[in-house]
Amino acid sequence: MDNQNNTSPVAQPSPLGVGGEPGLFGLTKRIIPCLDIKDGRTVKGTNFVNLRDAGDPVELGATYAQQGADELVFLDITATVERRKTLSELVKRIARHINIPFTVGGGIKSVEDVSVLLNSGADKISVNTAAFNSPELITGIANAAGSQCVVLAIDTRQEEDGEWYVYLNGGRTKTDKKCFDWAKEAVERGAGEILLTSMNHDGTKAGFALDITRKLSDNLPIPVIASGGGGKMEHFEDVFQQAHADAALAASIFHFKEIDIQDLKHYLKERNIAVRL
Amino acid sequence: MNLAIIKYNAGNIQSVLYALERLGIQAEVTDDAEKIKSADKVIFPGVGEAGSAMQSLKEGNLDQVIKDLKQPVLGICVGMQLLCNHSEEADTNCLGIVPVEVKRFPATKIGEGVLKVPQVGWNSIYDLKSPLFRDIKEHSYIYNVHSYFAEDSEYTIAHCNYGIQYAAAINKDNFYGVQFHTEKSAQIGDQIIQNFLNI
Repeated sequence: MDNQNNTSPVAQPSPLGVGGEPGLFGLTKRIIPCLDIKDGRTVKGTNFVNLRDAGDPVELGATYAQQGADELVFLDITATVERRKTLSELVKRIARHINIPFTVGGGIKSVEDVSVLLNSGADKISVNTAAFNSPELITGIANAAGSQCVVLAIDTRQEEDGEWYVYLNGGRTKTDKKCFDWAKEAVERGAGEILLTSMNHDGTKAGFALDITRKLSDNLPIPVIASGGGGKMEHFEDVFQQAHADAALAASIFHFKEIDIQDLKHYLKERNIAVRL
Repeated sequence: MNLAIIKYNAGNIQSVLYALERLGIQAEVTDDAEKIKSADKVIFPGVGEAGSAMQSLKEGNLDQVIKDLKQPVLGICVGMQLLCNHSEEADTNCLGIVPVEVKRFPATKIGEGVLKVPQVGWNSIYDLKSPLFRDIKEHSYIYNVHSYFAEDSEYTIAHCNYGIQYAAAINKDNFYGVQFHTEKSAQIGDQIIQNFLNI
């Protein structure tokens, strides 16, 4: 494949991040497709008719990489006893074939789990419920492998009192902890990024949760990946411009080609949002 | 070509190996001084913390081995930082091959937000001047994960800007260093590795 930058307009390193807002200099906003994995296969269907095997996470991931995805997230929902072995073998295959960074998450409970995945070639590990139940897991991973590889995933829902609460176990279990408080504690414990999913918005395709994303992004010294609700290109514009997210993650709109990653990046660039083209 | 990757306790280097494998290049990961000395090219990787990485080099007596190398050497990320004089990270005296200081990104306030540290993501490199960047366009994007950077100096061969303009790549004599992760920088990264192997 040709060097993509050769065909793109030259991006100037700018002191401005997005449309007039002071930003992070030359650093670009990231677009991250998320792939759900079960038993080493992608679980959601896709519209990629040209793939030999749309159920193969490696082939789908490589396709996204070629389309200009900035990173990939692989979320494993395998529940069998074989999961650790299946997952580490999959991670090795991904690392062999894909030349952009990727995060692996789903059911990771121990520093040992993390070591296996990092040694298999994962760049970052996302932790969720286990980290909430044992926050020292975050510190443990950060000490063993560095904060840069610890992505704290938070599933959050805004309740009737207007507050955002942390949910666990894939959104099935409510806690009394407020989202911002948990995120702040996680940063202090060594989390390197926050992957924030709004349960109110996830699956709606009606736009990202701008207020809580902005609250975290503006008040925490680490990057925030917004997730849940991205359905149209303008939703991505909004989450970068208004909510100051560092990255935006989506799944089905990419899998079903409702939004093409290259088109999305051109759309954002036209709106003065720094993206890698 | 005989390519050696220096083995020491500085994080996972599997990604570097896979990247070379994608380019069809075989490399030997070794801490054997003779093998490193006799290699045609040497890659000096590194992920993690400068202080413990330097300590690990010293314990294996690899610090002197690296300083004496005459063939092209490419330091990546912490590997590049260790080629420098000194790092603010754990107040570490590095190899001193390239007389440059490694500093931490300042906690700068930007508008309503702060400069987030580490820098994580894709940024562009410019003012490219080295065979390392042959066929690489100005302002190409590369992937970064780091909290510390090499200060701009006469040894800078590529600039990057993250709140401050710093050296994304350095060169002195046969020693080259890149702060970004070539192995994760898509086609640009592959091209830079290929260029290094062609030096």
